[in-house]
Amino acid sequence: MSAIERLPEFEQPVDNGLLRFLTCGSVDDGKSTLIGRLLFDTKTILADTLHSIERTSHRRGLEAVDLSLLTDGLQAEREQGITIDVAYRYFTTGRRKYIIADAPGHEQYTRNMVTAASTANLAIILVDARKGILTQTRRHSYLAHLVGIPHLVVAINKMDLVDYDQAVFERIRGEYLAFAAQLGIKDVRFIPLSALNGDMIVDRGERLGWYQGPTLLDILESAPAAHTESDERFRFPVQYVCRPQKADDPKLHDYRGFMGRVESGEVAVGDEIVVLPSERRTRIKDIQLYGQSLPRAFAEQSVTLLLEDEIDISRGDMMVHPEKSALVTRQIDAMVCWLAEAPLDPQRKYLVRQTTRESKAMVGGISYRVDINSLEQAPAERLAMNDIAKVSFKLAQPLCVDRYAENRATGAFIIIDESTNNTVGAGMIL
Amino acid sequence: MSTATQSHSTLSHLDWLEAESIHILREVAGQCANPAMLFSGGKDSIVMLRLAEKAFRPGRFPFPLLHVDTGHNYSEVIDFRDARACELNERLIVRSVEDSMRRGTVVLKSADESRNKHQSVTLLEAIEEFGFDACIGGARRDEEKARAKERLFSFRDGFGQWDPKNQRPELWDLYNARVHKGENIRVFPISNWTELDVWQYIESEKLQLPSIYFAHTRPVVRKGGLLQPVTEITPVKPGDVIEDVLVRFRTVGDITCTAPVESDAATVAAIIVETATTTVTERGATRLDDQTSEASMEQRKKEGYF
Repeated sequence: MSAIERLPEFEQPVDNGLLRFLTCGSVDDGKSTLIGRLLFDTKTILADTLHSIERTSHRRGLEAVDLSLLTDGLQAEREQGITIDVAYRYFTTGRRKYIIADAPGHEQYTRNMVTAASTANLAIILVDARKGILTQTRRHSYLAHLVGIPHLVVAINKMDLVDYDQAVFERIRGEYLAFAAQLGIKDVRFIPLSALNGDMIVDRGERLGWYQGPTLLDILESAPAAHTESDERFRFPVQYVCRPQKADDPKLHDYRGFMGRVESGEVAVGDEIVVLPSERRTRIKDIQLYGQSLPRAFAEQSVTLLLEDEIDISRGDMMVHPEKSALVTRQIDAMVCWLAEAPLDPQRKYLVRQTTRESKAMVGGISYRVDINSLEQAPAERLAMNDIAKVSFKLAQPLCVDRYAENRATGAFIIIDESTNNTVGAGMIL
Repeated sequence: MSTATQSHSTLSHLDWLEAESIHILREVAGQCANPAMLFSGGKDSIVMLRLAEKAFRPGRFPFPLLHVDTGHNYSEVIDFRDARACELNERLIVRSVEDSMRRGTVVLKSADESRNKHQSVTLLEAIEEFGFDACIGGARRDEEKARAKERLFSFRDGFGQWDPKNQRPELWDLYNARVHKGENIRVFPISNWTELDVWQYIESEKLQLPSIYFAHTRPVVRKGGLLQPVTEITPVKPGDVIEDVLVRFRTVGDITCTAPVESDAATVAAIIVETATTTVTERGATRLDDQTSEASMEQRKKEGYF
């Protein structure tokens, strides 16, 4: 298809980094067709994969190729014709690499959508042009907003079934904007398309001449990468301490490297830093990556930091700049999505993991539960799977946190049930 | 990785993938008491070793390397495996499917049955022998659709089984490697890499590979659209027509189930161009074992396969 022809030659790639995005909607909205279209038109689906899904489609007596067979990877999903779990798909345009998190759309899979949303920087919310804004659209938008996806794209699909009528598009757009304003959603774009015919996905097509905006792929190509938008405050949770102490290399005798990833902001050699929660101060002596010294390190880089002074630092501690510290606290309020079959039991103790730190936690109280269809708040005693609620926790150990709305890396935590070791909840600090 | 990233605050997609993989490896080191890293001498595991160097040098790796050898591997790859482990001065543990056969824990249906799927038994025996609580492997989600569903930190029960319908939720980069005794976690640090990413990384890091990854002339027999190499383990059968063909291996594993592809690509750069323009997936072109049924990988993984 023409997508590849328009792209730069492979020998001269322009690397615009990587974008992780989420697609939400149900099979009925044409989500699988849309993903299939992106993969087809960027030449990601290879011939043998296509032949294999053609064979399966024919065996099932389908006339057309069922593109959902591409994304439904588990036997149970193919048998039941539904998406149960998040699937990750990859494509590249030569300019940018993409990771699609394809999440199931039904209410009973809210937890899977929250999971898929947690790493996405953009969400495509599919709307069927014939049906307009549905409860499901509101639910998906609320969840995408809750999990802090900064860019939303409302893709009004199946325009071919409403005669490519601009009035239909405008009406849905108006309705959505009114609803988005209530939620506080700021960055939202609208695009009319037909996934079936490929209009406005990679190619413009000829039937949507009244729409002057970018194609879906143009929006994806120009969306900011996550790290360029993250909090500017430097956050470096220590993952691992490197103390080689090789007998044959005296240079390494005193080597203490603090290994981790810059979660936000940046740091330079010579910067004064504070180690949390101890509040001890020192300066950055060196920033290393595989034997190379770097003058500075920025968000999403995995590096090793060497410090001027020998102070006690271990996994779970966090380095920050003194004038832009994080909150050290034993009490947090958070929006929680409950992920497990066994309900949240306020009498029990759980384990909370936030950055590289862990603490035992007790539920202080459940302020309210959100009805994710009406978005109304109601009191709750317990939380069941897929519930979303405002919960307060008391912590045995202090955590070093920021508000999730300001920093997705230091504002997020998971809840672990120590009896099963399962991850049972996801929290976003308020 | 590249010097360009130091002058302005953007990460190329390879830099991003590398940083994510390093972060995952350090989480394993931080969370697990006794992990191991699978190393076969294949291209994905060669990339994994470089990532481990970037994650832990100047220290030693906080885990030994482990290879489950079917005894049916190309000698170039085994030699490479040993040389690389030695060069890195890291501990390499080799456990053999043939030992499991001698113990009677692996029973082949026939002498010429592929030993590939039986690696699971030997792996589980090695996990038990050494008490590993985590095994790090080089599988990628783009290889196969059951893998597309798998977590980066994937829980296995006491029988080594994967339960795809009941996986631990995995949010943000908050990985949960906690297990009870006897259970373990499989960790896939290059899950988000594609075949092309792997080759681009090999190019940018100038990594050495076993020679059979590059174009060479080899006697083969054409079977069902695939090229079956002629070796002691896969001898010619009556009626087979042997041809000398210019080939390379896209993936390297047990001789009985990995086929080479026709190619004249003699350098990594040429392989990158081929990979970017191919019309057949890596496993589709090369695997003699994935084609039996739509769910064969899922089935093998449920039984403890990597």
